[in-house]
Amino acid sequence: MSNNWKSYKPLLIPAIPDLHEISVYEKNNGYQALKKILKDRKTWSPANVVNEVKTANIRGRGGAGFNAGLKWSFMPEPDGEPRYLACNGDESEPGTFKDRKIFEFNPHQFIEGAIIAAYAMHVEVIYVYIRGEYRPFVQKLQKAIDQAYDKGYLGKKILGSDFSVEMHTHMGAGAYICGEESSLMESLEGKRGYPRVKPPFPAQRGLWGRPTTINNIETLANVPLVMNHGSDWYLEIGPSTHPGPVLYGISGHVNRPGVYEYPAGMNIMTLINEVAGGVRGGKKLKALIPGGSSTPPLRADMLEGVTMDADSLREAGSMMGTAGMVVLDEDTDIVELVWRISHFYDHESCGQCTPCREGTGWLEKTLRKMKDGNGEMRDLDLLLAICYRMEGRTICALADAAAWPVRYSIDRFRDEFEKKCKKTVYAVA
Amino acid sequence: MAETYTFDAKDLAEIEKLTAKYPEKQAAVLPVLWYAQDKFGHSDPAVQKLVSETLGVPEAHIRGVVSFYTQFYDKPMGKNVLDVCTCLSCQVCGGYDMLHYIEEKLGIKAGETTPDGQFSLQSVECLGACGYAPMLQVTNDKFVNHLTREKVDKLIEDLKAGNKPEFESNPMPQHEKGS
Repeated sequence: MSNNWKSYKPLLIPAIPDLHEISVYEKNNGYQALKKILKDRKTWSPANVVNEVKTANIRGRGGAGFNAGLKWSFMPEPDGEPRYLACNGDESEPGTFKDRKIFEFNPHQFIEGAIIAAYAMHVEVIYVYIRGEYRPFVQKLQKAIDQAYDKGYLGKKILGSDFSVEMHTHMGAGAYICGEESSLMESLEGKRGYPRVKPPFPAQRGLWGRPTTINNIETLANVPLVMNHGSDWYLEIGPSTHPGPVLYGISGHVNRPGVYEYPAGMNIMTLINEVAGGVRGGKKLKALIPGGSSTPPLRADMLEGVTMDADSLREAGSMMGTAGMVVLDEDTDIVELVWRISHFYDHESCGQCTPCREGTGWLEKTLRKMKDGNGEMRDLDLLLAICYRMEGRTICALADAAAWPVRYSIDRFRDEFEKKCKKTVYAVA
Repeated sequence: MAETYTFDAKDLAEIEKLTAKYPEKQAAVLPVLWYAQDKFGHSDPAVQKLVSETLGVPEAHIRGVVSFYTQFYDKPMGKNVLDVCTCLSCQVCGGYDMLHYIEEKLGIKAGETTPDGQFSLQSVECLGACGYAPMLQVTNDKFVNHLTREKVDKLIEDLKAGNKPEFESNPMPQHEKGS
């Protein structure tokens, strides 16, 4: 990577004024990928589009990092009954604020990507699920969708072909869990967002029991790039095992927080020190949460040479998540921080599975006691025992997401926890 | 003194459009609750009953949905609801300082409403504006970012005068440098 990033020109959100207007997007190669596909449907049969996207290895940008094209290939053969694409703009993982940039600055690239995905999977109805807190951004996206309908990119017989697709926005109402794909489907069906037991997977039985694929907004915004330039070109951006551009959301104790677009695999210290202007107030770096609240925090001394891609972060002891990087300076109280993360998961647990419903509550209570100065050394063992009883024992990954920050923080910042705990001695009779 | 709520013909036409987006009526529960809350200011049991009758979905189901999603208000709230984010990035960038400042200024605690019914205050989970912390959201709508005491003072004056905040755009820093 070295210094190549300095000359990098953004591809997901290029610096073009008024790109959210369809006329400006069209002037800048917009909807060309869709036109190319519909013009030559022999070369670009749905199966070939799926293959091209699969080869490009667009790794899902919502957190799991699964190959998007491979996910598409799980959809069964069409049987003439409805099939759905649900676009995940729930973006509720603390530290994550990237998809809203696409809605505001380049919504058409996402819309084009979603239309191509629908074509590739024989889908005729697309739902865009967006968190309720993003109302102003939903309105922005809706305006772009209306423009796309007016120009014939959405609706019946797109660009004179026999391919038709509808796109609807659907606003959530404040529930983190609805970013989990099966919970998102429940919410779209008008219910409480309770995750579903898998299998059956959404591709087999999704919305209203029909085959459904769920993709993140940023993931879909990558699709027109692949279709315009080819998978070979795309694989050249960033590491081949985790290629493509990434929206890095950098927040916390940095001088220039914000969303930045660079290739995947950026050096973490470069992102903190050069891209985001370094730690505020000349303070020292204490820790980094690399990809949203559920990804295990890394101590500053663990960041040497680590890059923002799945492999490097796994080796370092964390995960890419949503690339929502929270930078923490030397004054950060880790116990206070982890308590607040636990408070979040306690609030957001849907309550369906006992280990999660009860476990998140106990983590929160125990950490609250600790941060208030009433903790005892044995509470650290209790916290780890609670984590053990949550991880892998629930329908969805929320319990794991709640347990990891606690487990890994105790592991990596044990001295800070111990400092807050009384050394109690219990008499043995 | 339970109030009664009704949808007029125009409302019903809008609701018809909302339900048309889905293969079955129940899917429109969230959009119709949003529509009702925008109109009535909350989703209390009387509003839930109206939504239930309009969509033909059991009242118990609507009640379950309202209680699950934090943005639906199951009782009337202040004219302006201030949702102050105190989660993660906002926590470490002074979210609680802002919350406590507003508590002091309005003379209420988080979770309460001022006696004149002008303001409700809540401490909320991540709103997705982490780079612009500390921040708050006004009544499920616009975000007010980079909060300072001065900015809070002005916001509260504006809201008292009936002026809602404008949409604040946060451009990509990369674009500003022209790189």
